[in-house]
Amino acid sequence: MEIIVLLKQVPATESLIRIDDDGASIKTDDIKWVVNPYDEFAVEEALRIKEAHGGSVTIVSVGPEKASEAIRTALAMGADKGVLITDPGVSDFDSLIVSRILAGALKEIPFDLIIAGHRSVDKDNSQVGPATAELLNIPHISMVIKQDITDSKIRCHKTVEGGTVVLEMSLPALITTQRGLNEPRYASLPGIMKAKKKPIDVKTIMDSGFDGDPIGESMVKTIVMKPPRERKDGIMIKGDSNLAKAAELVRILHEEAKVL
Amino acid sequence: MAERKLFTGGEFLVTEPRSDDVFAPEEMTREHKMIYAAANDFVKREIDPNIAQIEEKSEALTRSLLKIAGEIGLNGTDIPEEYGGEGMDKISTGLVSDVIGGTASFAVSHSAHTGIGTLPIVYFGTHEQKKKYLPKLAAGEWVAAYCLTEPNAGSDALNAQTTAQLSDDGKYYLLNGEKIYITNGAWADIFIVYAKVDGEKFTGFIVERAFPGVSSGVEEKKMGINGSSTTSVVFKDCRVPVENVLFEIGKGHKIAFNILNIGRYKLGAGVTGGSKMTIAEASKYANAREQFGKTIGSFGMIKNKLADMSIRTFMAESIIYRVAAMMDDRFRTSAIGAKTPATENAKMLEAYAVECSIAKVYCSECLDLCVDELVQVFGGNGYVAEYPIERMYRDARINRIFDGTNEINRLLIPGTILKRALQGRLSLFDEIQKLNNENNVYSFDPTKLDAALLGIQKYMLTTCKKILLISVGAAVNKFLDSLAEEQEVLAMMADIIMEIFAAESGLVRAQKHAAAKGEKKAVYHIAAVKIYMNDMVPKVVHWAKQILVASAEGDHLSDRLAVVNKLSAYPPVDTIKLRRLIAEKVLKTKRYPF
Repeated sequence: MEIIVLLKQVPATESLIRIDDDGASIKTDDIKWVVNPYDEFAVEEALRIKEAHGGSVTIVSVGPEKASEAIRTALAMGADKGVLITDPGVSDFDSLIVSRILAGALKEIPFDLIIAGHRSVDKDNSQVGPATAELLNIPHISMVIKQDITDSKIRCHKTVEGGTVVLEMSLPALITTQRGLNEPRYASLPGIMKAKKKPIDVKTIMDSGFDGDPIGESMVKTIVMKPPRERKDGIMIKGDSNLAKAAELVRILHEEAKVL
Repeated sequence: MAERKLFTGGEFLVTEPRSDDVFAPEEMTREHKMIYAAANDFVKREIDPNIAQIEEKSEALTRSLLKIAGEIGLNGTDIPEEYGGEGMDKISTGLVSDVIGGTASFAVSHSAHTGIGTLPIVYFGTHEQKKKYLPKLAAGEWVAAYCLTEPNAGSDALNAQTTAQLSDDGKYYLLNGEKIYITNGAWADIFIVYAKVDGEKFTGFIVERAFPGVSSGVEEKKMGINGSSTTSVVFKDCRVPVENVLFEIGKGHKIAFNILNIGRYKLGAGVTGGSKMTIAEASKYANAREQFGKTIGSFGMIKNKLADMSIRTFMAESIIYRVAAMMDDRFRTSAIGAKTPATENAKMLEAYAVECSIAKVYCSECLDLCVDELVQVFGGNGYVAEYPIERMYRDARINRIFDGTNEINRLLIPGTILKRALQGRLSLFDEIQKLNNENNVYSFDPTKLDAALLGIQKYMLTTCKKILLISVGAAVNKFLDSLAEEQEVLAMMADIIMEIFAAESGLVRAQKHAAAKGEKKAVYHIAAVKIYMNDMVPKVVHWAKQILVASAEGDHLSDRLAVVNKLSAYPPVDTIKLRRLIAEKVLKTKRYPF
C-alpha cells in the first residue's frame, strides 16, 4: 500500500498573530510553526494503514523552505520520505493552484491512497484535498472519522447531521480527515534521530512539472485581513439583594442590550 | 565555524574565550529543536491536563506518565542505544529537563528517576548491570531512586552509617541502615544505595525493592512538590548479591560526587524551564489584570519585574547550554559510548564540577527570584490556593536544598578551583602574579575599547576577572591553608565567579546572535547583557572589597582597594529604558522572550 499524505505547515494556534503592514498577510517573526493538526491525523492514519497492510508513507507538501521542518516531524512520527515543492511566493497561491501543483507532482509518484487534512487551520478553505482528487480523476470522501481497507476498496465513516454515514470507494482514492479519526502519536526521540537520515526531495515549482504562473493564475486573492474584534469586559451587576440584581439584569437586557 | 576549544573546568576565569568557543542556545540543530518540541507536546498532552491529580500524589498516575515518557524516549537521552536509550548529547538531555522542569512534582519524580537514579548505572555499571536495569528504566517500567542522605549524613555525605557486611559464603552483602528524604522513596523499584563495607569502605550498591529487607517509611509532609514521593528507606539485613556492587568497593564517593555533578547540571536545566514558565504566567496576568483603569503590565514597576525575571533566566539558559556543550565536547574526546570504562567516565564527569555547581546555584536562585516576583505580580491572587502561583512558590524552594545545598556548592566552586590551581591544572596563581606585576593597571579608557558590539561590557567582564584575581590573591596570601575555614570569604568568591560565568555566557551569546541575525534582531539580547553587566559590576566590587578587607591591612589593603576602584569606574547605562524594552516584548509575546 503506497500512501501519500498531503501536509501543510501552519502557525501554531497559540502563536501571537499580527497583521503585516500590507494589511493582507500576517507578520511571521514571532510565529511558531507546526504541522496542521488535521494533517497530523492524516499522518497517523497513514502509519496505521502501513502497519496493517505494509507499504510506505510519503509526505508531500507545497510550502516555503521552512515547511521541511513539518515534513521532518512527520518523518519522525514514522513516515518514510518527503517531497517539498517550494516557492517564495507560496502564501499567495490560491487553493486550486496548490492542488494543480500537487496533482502534477503526484503523477510522478505511484500511490494507492492519498490522505489529507480536511482543512488547514490557517486559511481554512477545505479545498485542496477534494480539488487534488478531481484533478487526478480519482474518487474522494471527505471528513472521515473511521476507515477500513479490504482488497482494493476503502470503506469510510463520516458524521453527518444527526448520525453517521458509511461510504465505500475503490482505490486509488483520496480521503480527508476529521477530528476523532485517531489520536496522533508523538514524534519520539528515537524517531527524530531516524528521521535525520530519511530523504526529503526538495523541488522548485518548475521541477515539479508545473509550468504556469502560480501567482498570476491564482484566481482568489486575499484583499484584507482583520483581527477579531476585541471582546469587551464583562460587567458585574451590583445590587443589595438577589432580587435587586435580577431586576437590574432584566433592565440591562431590555434597555441596553435590547434582547428582551 | 571554527571548532570549539576544549576548556578545562574553571578555565573561563583565566582566559578570554573567543565567541566560537562558547555554545549559544541559538545554535541548536534541527534535531534539538524537534526534541524540544516533542517534550513540549508530551507536557501539553499528558502533564498539563493532569496537574491537579499529580499533585494529589498518585503513584499509579506518575508511573503511567513515566511510561509514556519512556515510549517517547524522554527517559533515555543519557542511556546508550544498546541499553534501550538514545545515547544523545547533553544538550538534548538539557532540553528535556528544561521542558519537563515546568511540570511541578512530575519534574521532581522524572528528574530523580532519569538523573541521579539512573545515571550511576549508566556511568559506573558493568555491562551485565546495564543490560539488566537500563532498558527497564528507559522504558519507565521501573522507577529509580538515589539513597545517599542519612539522618547524620546530609551535607556531610561521607558520614554515612549504613553498613554492608559480606556474607560468610561471599555471595551477598547484608545492608543495614536508614536513608532519609528519598525522592521516589515509596515508588522506586531500584535504589542506588551507599553503604560502608566493614563500616569503613564507602561503596555503591544497586538494590532492588524485591530484595528481602527493604522497606519505605511514611510519606513526608512537605512544604511543596507534594505530588512526588519522599520517604525514608530502611535496609534491615537486606541481602544484596555481590554482582550488584556498583563500581569498586571503597569507591562509592567517586560515584556519589560525580553523579551529583551531572545531577546539578540537570537540576539547573529543569529550574530554568520552571523560570520560563513563571515569566509566561506573570506576563499573561499582567496583561489581563487591571487597576486604575489600566492593565498592571503598563506600570513601570511590574515591567521591571518582568524584565528582571527574563534577564536572569536568559543568563541561566545561556549557562545551561554552554555547560552542556562543554560536557559534550569533553565526552567526544573519549571513545564515548556504552563501553567507556567507569574510571574514564568519572574523569569526564569531574571535569566540569565547578560549572555544574554554578548551574545548580545560579539557576535555582534565578527560579527563586522568579517565583517571588510572580507572587508579587499576582498580589493577593498569588497568595491564595485558588491559583497555582502559591504552589509554584512553595515548589521552588527545595531546589536550593537538594542535590547539595547552595551553601555546599558555594564552598565547592572556589574550593575546587583553588585545589586545581594548586595541582597545576589551572594557571590561576600565574595570572594573579601577572596582575601583581602589572604596574600600570589602567582605569577606564574608552579609546582602548574593543570597537565591537558590547565592547564596554566585554571590557568590564575582563575587569571583573581581574578584580576577582586580586581578591583571591589577597585571601590566599592571608589565610593560606586555613582558607577552607573562611566560609564567608569563599561564598563571596563563589558569587563573583558565578556572576562572571553567567555574564560571559550571556555576553558571548548576544554577540553571536547579533553577528548571525543582525543587531536589530538581537536588540533584546543586547539589552539584557547591558542591564545585567551594569548591575553586576557594583556587586562584584562590593564582594571583592569585602574579601580584601578581611584579607589585608595597611598599605597592602589600601593599594588594592585603590586598584579595584580604578578598574571599576565605567559609564552606567539607562537600564530603565532597556528594562521597559524587554518587558514590552514579554508582554507582547506572553512568554520568556529569548
